[in-house]
Amino acid sequence: MRSRARTVLTTAAAFVLLVAAWELAKLVLPAAGVTVGGVRLLPRTDDAAMPHVWTVLAKLGAPEVAGAADPRSIGVAVASGALFTLGLALGGLVLGGIGGVLLALLMQRFALAERAVLPYVIASQTVPLIAIAPLVAGWGGKIAIAGWAWQPWASVMVIASYLAFFPISVGMLRGLSSPPKADVELFHSMASGWWTTLLRLRLPASVPHLVPAVRLAAAAAVVGAIVAEISTGTRGGIGRLIIEYAQSATGDPSQMYAAILGAAVLGLVAAGAVGLLDLGLRRYRGTVS
Amino acid sequence: MTAVSLSGVDKSFGEVRALDGIELTLGDGEFVSLIGPSGCGKSTLLRVVADLEQPTAGTVEVAGKSAHRARLDQEYGIAFQQSGLLEWRTVAENVELPLQVHGMARAERRARAAELLELVGLADFAGSRPSQLSGGMQQRVAIARALAPSPRLLLMDEPFGALDEMTRERMQAELLRIAGESGAAVLFVTHSIPEAVVLSDRVVVMSPRPGRITEIVDGRRPRPGEATDLAPDDVEDVRESGAFFSAITAVREALRKGDAV
Repeated sequence: MRSRARTVLTTAAAFVLLVAAWELAKLVLPAAGVTVGGVRLLPRTDDAAMPHVWTVLAKLGAPEVAGAADPRSIGVAVASGALFTLGLALGGLVLGGIGGVLLALLMQRFALAERAVLPYVIASQTVPLIAIAPLVAGWGGKIAIAGWAWQPWASVMVIASYLAFFPISVGMLRGLSSPPKADVELFHSMASGWWTTLLRLRLPASVPHLVPAVRLAAAAAVVGAIVAEISTGTRGGIGRLIIEYAQSATGDPSQMYAAILGAAVLGLVAAGAVGLLDLGLRRYRGTVS
Repeated sequence: MTAVSLSGVDKSFGEVRALDGIELTLGDGEFVSLIGPSGCGKSTLLRVVADLEQPTAGTVEVAGKSAHRARLDQEYGIAFQQSGLLEWRTVAENVELPLQVHGMARAERRARAAELLELVGLADFAGSRPSQLSGGMQQRVAIARALAPSPRLLLMDEPFGALDEMTRERMQAELLRIAGESGAAVLFVTHSIPEAVVLSDRVVVMSPRPGRITEIVDGRRPRPGEATDLAPDDVEDVRESGAFFSAITAVREALRKGDAV
């Protein structure tokens, strides 16, 4: 408990330090930035490039569209966008998690599958996301499952899962293979079949490898969802908001920073969700040699 | 009935002949040690009995069945040098493991685990994690786990090899008591001559390249309630008796003879 309190304190302190550094840079560095021999070494620090922290926070309360009939504040817009994207990212994480775990089980069970599939699993991640996004959106547009027409957000979720499955399948495979030979032989000597050995030995032993993998996958799913929203032009999420607000950034940069702040909070919430998973599985997290 | 019966057992790993013409029988409740230099095939022999390795030739019977059938029926329990306890399970849950694998009901296996922890003197540690226990205690848990399905045979591959000398002697006394109370036969692989002598009814001396049995020497296992001047029933008395030292000498000479061949 004490160590958890310390973690919270450290995190809060780091946040305060970041804000202080930002404001200090504005205060100390010249507004035009630092340029040596025509090369800009430090960015401009005027209000157009680096708005004050409190300006960004105040912006959250301002109406999104000045004088509109429906006076929705920017804060509400960012929050609902972030929530929408969070849903898609978590959906993608679950989808990718299921796919990754199944793939890892297949590779653990059949050495041939590992040799055949693993290179493609790795190759899949070298294809740029921006190249895949229009493909998925394009394919999705052509299919309808049981009368349900493909929605743009489904493409986003699939793309997020495409990024999330990779760390999970690799981490899970390593975890499933982590029990030492002696433990596997012990189970064999007890006449334990593949399923029982999986349930009682390999799955529990894989938790210390799985939790960090899910943490990576959650971050990848959030980034994937945001990028996918942008490259497929899906509306309603934080990705779209960042683009929209960025277009007005020349006049009002604080609005874009508000959206970026929303994306950062979104990432923290996703990481927090994994923290809950970690807490639930802490029994299996101990020292596994 | 015999606990183990090996006849004409050969085992080759490619060119290497690990076992050659092994003939050995263990009676019910008998304690037999396998001793010999590294590479003499004593661990391989144990693994053949456990159905973890398939013999190249010969027949292996455990409790009157094929080694394969015996493994499926949990006729033997096994303990290695590393205790191999699962860290996410409590001590009691580790002992329950073989019973759980065989689908025994929870209440029944709880009771059995409590009984076994009592037997190995760890009843107070049922809810502890393995890492909270000392090396000797972990090894006792591993023995309790091996005994959980009430096997006819206990296979042990240098179970005390990683323990310090004092703990080791205490564990030997414990093992003798436990083996006596459970009535299981024990096939015990060791590097230590005194350990083999003090524990065993018979000490099987092996030699390498190819792995063969060179001689079988009578051990000095104390028999509770059957004490004579020559064969005391207390382990400590055995360790100080003349018969103990003469048996050690006999094993040592057998090992040297095997080496010379």
